[in-house]
Amino acid sequence: MGRAVAVIGTGQTRHGMRAEVTYPDLIREAVLAAFQDAGITPDDIDGVVSGTMPSMMEGVALTHFYFADALRSVGKPILKTETCGSTGVSLAITGYYWVASGLADMVLVVGSEKMHEGDSQATMTTVAEPLYQRFFISGAPGAFGMQSKLWLQRYNVPEDKARDAAAKVSVDHHKSGANNPLAHIRREYSMEEVKNAPVIVYPVRLLDVCPNSDGACAVILACEEKAKKICSKPAWIKGVGYAGEEYWIGDSDKVVWESAVKAAREAYKMAGISDPRKELDVAEIYNPFTFQELLYYECFGFCDFGTACDYTLKGTFARGGEVPCAPSGGVLCTNPIGATGLIRCAEAALQVSGKAGERQIEGANLALAHAMGGVIQFNGVMILGSKL
Amino acid sequence: MEKHFHVREHEVWLPYRFSVGPVFNRFYEGLKEGKILGNKCPKCRKVLVPPRSFCPDCYVDMTDWVEAAQEGELVSWVLGRQEFFGMPMEPPFIGGLIRLDMTDCNFLHLVGGFDLEQKEKLKKLRTGIRVKAVWRDDKKGHLLDIKYFQPI
Repeated sequence: MGRAVAVIGTGQTRHGMRAEVTYPDLIREAVLAAFQDAGITPDDIDGVVSGTMPSMMEGVALTHFYFADALRSVGKPILKTETCGSTGVSLAITGYYWVASGLADMVLVVGSEKMHEGDSQATMTTVAEPLYQRFFISGAPGAFGMQSKLWLQRYNVPEDKARDAAAKVSVDHHKSGANNPLAHIRREYSMEEVKNAPVIVYPVRLLDVCPNSDGACAVILACEEKAKKICSKPAWIKGVGYAGEEYWIGDSDKVVWESAVKAAREAYKMAGISDPRKELDVAEIYNPFTFQELLYYECFGFCDFGTACDYTLKGTFARGGEVPCAPSGGVLCTNPIGATGLIRCAEAALQVSGKAGERQIEGANLALAHAMGGVIQFNGVMILGSKL
Repeated sequence: MEKHFHVREHEVWLPYRFSVGPVFNRFYEGLKEGKILGNKCPKCRKVLVPPRSFCPDCYVDMTDWVEAAQEGELVSWVLGRQEFFGMPMEPPFIGGLIRLDMTDCNFLHLVGGFDLEQKEKLKKLRTGIRVKAVWRDDKKGHLLDIKYFQPI
């Protein structure tokens, strides 16, 4: 086990359609906010970790060259991490490794995306290998739609119940998003509006799906000694877990989803968590699709397989419930892909340090952050806590 | 009125030449003969389709060729209606995961042979229903020599 590491500062842009600024200027907005939050200067930083969606999305192959000035990385070592949707959590874990190893004391971690500049679904097509699977992957909704159907049929969840539970996830998150000044979609919807929205791929409807957002997030990680000196309320990284699966989509089960189950299990083990629903105070789950979020409740051990809809309809995962999920509005209200996973970590850090403002879950001490990437293939989990 | 911001239109066109390798080459040849070829791991004995050069679990060379059944069970499916830039296939189409008989992974291909707009037909697509391969007449050694898997 390495040294203790804490989040000592976070910064996010206002997320949404940001056509008025260049990509590096967008990044600078998050970086400035993070330095201000941490109360340190770029001179204090030993290295920079940056990442985006696969670079075909950016149209620039070497993004950390284009972003060098905005990242304040000139003259410093820089690491790039790129795991599609899970990039943000991969970035945080990369920074964590760096500081935990003792080779850096303070690291700046930055994730970003300008979804309106490129073509996310065309990029998603190029995520699949070119010899076979690329022919049959109809964007992200294709893979997720297939997974959702498989899950519902495996546990014989009645269609109406699943529809209601997914609609409740959407309604709850949109309500939270409206409460988050940085969120892209800040509008509330009714159950009826969600259930009658146009079908994207059955059973997924428009309001079950995240938006395309522009946005960036920056997080500053510090070793124990520096964190205690600089920060009054550090958010300690209690556990990390990451797992991937085979490249062929048909080689592994996507319901009892090995990478998701394993990533959570590893992070829980490191954090000493044995009953996540009882012990976690809040969770920021990567939820670009409502149905997939329901499956995550089961993969992460919040409830048994086949029971997520029941718990959701009871309000277990809503604000005021046992494990409130996505009090920020989550990915469903804001999805700048390369930043999204890091926003989950930043929001979890804000929660356990009591700095989440309007979206604060009272007394949150232990939080889960998560992201997923690839063609339903990669999962990363980070646990943050208020106590070392 | 929405404010207009200047954007610079830009396209990147890059050609690629992906090596197919001997295993997929044989798979394509099989398709030309109307066969779905897979191979078996000498260690764990799993049969994988499409075939692999090595077993993803055991990391040993896949040595034994197997002709897979042309029928199997539908595992899951999705109807894609929206066309994205650069997609090799034109929607609408149904992508499906199919467990061919006597194989140990899910095969990805199309499900079809009926009017995709008929809701009653779509409702019958469930995990476990039987499907069989329907071939094109003019086989070229291409993935799409199999037109689709049709519910039996």
